[in-house]
Amino acid sequence: MKIFVCIKSVPDTAATIKLSGESSFEDSDCKFVINPYDEYGIEEAVTLVEKNGGEVVVITAGRASADGALRSAMAIGANRAIHVKTEEQFLDSSFTAKVLKAAIERDGMPDIIFTGKNSVDTEGFQTPYRLAAELGFPVVNEISKLKINGDKAVAEREIGGGDREVLEISLPAVIGVTKGLNEPRYPKFPDIMKAKKKPVNLITISDLGIDELFSKSRLVKLESAPERSGAKMIQGSVEAQVKELIRILKEDEKVL
Amino acid sequence: MKRTGIFIESKAGVIKSANYGVIACAQKYSAKYNEEIYAFIIDEHSGQFSKNIVDNEKIKQGFSKNIIDNERIKQELGNRGIKYVIEVCIDPDHHENHKQHENIFNPVVWSDALIQAVIKYKISTLFALSTHIGKELLPRVAAQLDAPLIMDCLNVSKGDDVNRRDDDAGNEFDLAETFLYSGKTIATVKVTGNIRMFGIRPNVIEPCLQAQNYESEDSKAKIFPIVETFIAKTEQQKNIKLIETKTEDSSSGEHLLSADVIISGGRAMKNGENFKLLQDCADSIADLGAATAVGASRVAVDLGWVPYSMQVGQTGEKVSPKVYIACGISGSIQHFAGMKTSKMIIAINESPNAAIMSNCDYFVEADLFKILPELIKELKNTKRLRSYQ
Repeated sequence: MKIFVCIKSVPDTAATIKLSGESSFEDSDCKFVINPYDEYGIEEAVTLVEKNGGEVVVITAGRASADGALRSAMAIGANRAIHVKTEEQFLDSSFTAKVLKAAIERDGMPDIIFTGKNSVDTEGFQTPYRLAAELGFPVVNEISKLKINGDKAVAEREIGGGDREVLEISLPAVIGVTKGLNEPRYPKFPDIMKAKKKPVNLITISDLGIDELFSKSRLVKLESAPERSGAKMIQGSVEAQVKELIRILKEDEKVL
Repeated sequence: MKRTGIFIESKAGVIKSANYGVIACAQKYSAKYNEEIYAFIIDEHSGQFSKNIVDNEKIKQGFSKNIIDNERIKQELGNRGIKYVIEVCIDPDHHENHKQHENIFNPVVWSDALIQAVIKYKISTLFALSTHIGKELLPRVAAQLDAPLIMDCLNVSKGDDVNRRDDDAGNEFDLAETFLYSGKTIATVKVTGNIRMFGIRPNVIEPCLQAQNYESEDSKAKIFPIVETFIAKTEQQKNIKLIETKTEDSSSGEHLLSADVIISGGRAMKNGENFKLLQDCADSIADLGAATAVGASRVAVDLGWVPYSMQVGQTGEKVSPKVYIACGISGSIQHFAGMKTSKMIIAINESPNAAIMSNCDYFVEADLFKILPELIKELKNTKRLRSYQ
C-alpha cells in the first residue's frame, strides 16, 4: 500500500505575525509547525502501513523552512519526503494542487492521498478538492472515522449542525481528515534522530514544468486586523452591573 | 454582458437570512458596470417529485409543484432587488432507485448541477455563503471549473482599472478581503480568470434592504422576479456513495449563524450542567425578541461539556452577531478568530487580567454565577413589565 500525505508548514496559530513589506510577514522569527489537521493524516497513514505494509510518503509545496514540517512527519513514521520548493510565501490553491499532482504522478500513483481538512494559516478550504480534480480521484473531506476494505473506504464525516454522514469511496481517493480520526503519536527522541537521516527529495517547480507566475489569485496586501481597544469596565454591585448590562443591550445594540 | 451569480441557501422553503449580506455584496459589486444578477436556488426536495413520475408531462407537474413550494423564496428575492431567479432542479432520473436520504444536500450532485447552471447562464462571478454547505460545494465547483475561489471573504469589489498591471492587460480582476493567520491579519487578494468565485463570511456585510412599500399588494406583483427552471442532468455517482446519515446531537450550528445575540461559555462554566444557565439566559433574551443562541469555547467542547456544533472559534463556527457575550472565556487568538467580527463583545469574567479584556467592548468584572441568575431575573422582569403595557 502506497500512501501520500500532503502537508503544509504553517505558522503556529498562537504566533505573532510581524508584517514586512506590502504583502508578506517576517518568517525568520516565526514558529512553524505541521498544519495540525495534517497530523491526523500522517498518523492514519503510518498506522495503515504498519498493519498492511507499504510506504508513507509526505509531500509539501513550500519554502525552504518547510523542511522542519517534513522532518516532524517522518519522526511520526513517514518513510520519506518530497519537498517541492517554491519562492512565494502565499500560494494559490490551484497552483499548489497542480504542483502536488505533478510531483505525485512523477513518483508513482498511490492508493490513498491524505490531506488535513484545511490549513489553519490561510484557510482556503480547497486544496484537497483541487488535487482530486487534477488527478480525477473522488474526494471526501472532514473525515473523522475511516475503515479501509480492499479498494473501498468507508468514511464518516460531520456535516454541520451535529449531523453526520457515512460514505463509501472507491480508492484511489483524496481523503481530507480532521480531529477525532485518531490521536497523533508524540515522536520519541530516537524517532526524531532517525527522521533526520530519512531521504527528502528536493525538486523545483520548473523540474515539474509549472510556471509559478500563472496563479489566478495573488496576495496584494497584508495588514493587521483592527483590534478593539479600551474596554469599558462595568463594576459595582451585581445589581448595578446587571442594570448596566440591560441598558447596553437595550440602548446600544437595541436587541432587547 | 457579464453576469453575476449568487447561490442562495435555503432550508425547508425559507431563505437563510445570511444570504442578504451576500446579495448586498453582489449588488454593490455588479452595480459598477451595471451587470445583471442571477440568483440560483437548488431545491433540496426536488428529488421527491421524481417518485411515481414516468412521463414528461408528469415531470412538468412535479416541477410546477416544486415552484409553488419555493414561492416564498422567490418573492423574497424579488423584494430584495433580484430580477432573475434560476431554479436548478436535479434531474429526477437521478433519484430513481435512490433512498430517501439522497434527496438532501449531496455535494457531489449539487456541485455538478451548479456547474452546469453557471456555464449555461454564462456567469463570470459567483457568490455564495462560506457555511458548511458552501465549504463543501464551492471548492468542488471551483476545482472542476479550475476557477479561482476565495473563501470566508469580508468584502469583494471590482479592481480599479488604473491599478491594472501589464500582465493583466485585457483581463478584469476582483479584490477580495479575507482574514489570514487566525484572524490576526486581513489580506487583499487579487483574483483573475474567466469565472471567479467568492464564499462570503455570514453576517459580516450589512444585509440588502427590502424594497419599500413591499407590504402593498401592487408592488409585490411588480417585484416578482423572472423565474426559469433549469434541469441539470447529473450523473450517477459511482465513486462516492452515501450509506447513511445520523443525527448525534440536537443543538445546531445553524442557530449560531442566524442569532442576533450569542451567549457563550468557557472553562469557568465548570461543567456541562451549568450551560443550562446560559440556555436560560438565551431563552430570556429571545423572549424579548432577539434570536439568541448558546455557544462555547473549544475548552468546553474538548472537556465534553457540550457538543462540537456549539463551538465558536477558528476551528468551530465563525460568527458575527450583534452582541457576543463571553462568559468565563479567557479569549485565545483562536477564539477571537471565530467571533471578532461581532458588532459588540461583552465579557463576563472574574479576572481583569484575562486576554479577552484587551479586545472587547465591555468588561463585566464579576463572578458569572452571580451575574447570570440576576440577569435572567431582570430579563424576565422586563418581559413582565412589557406584557402589562
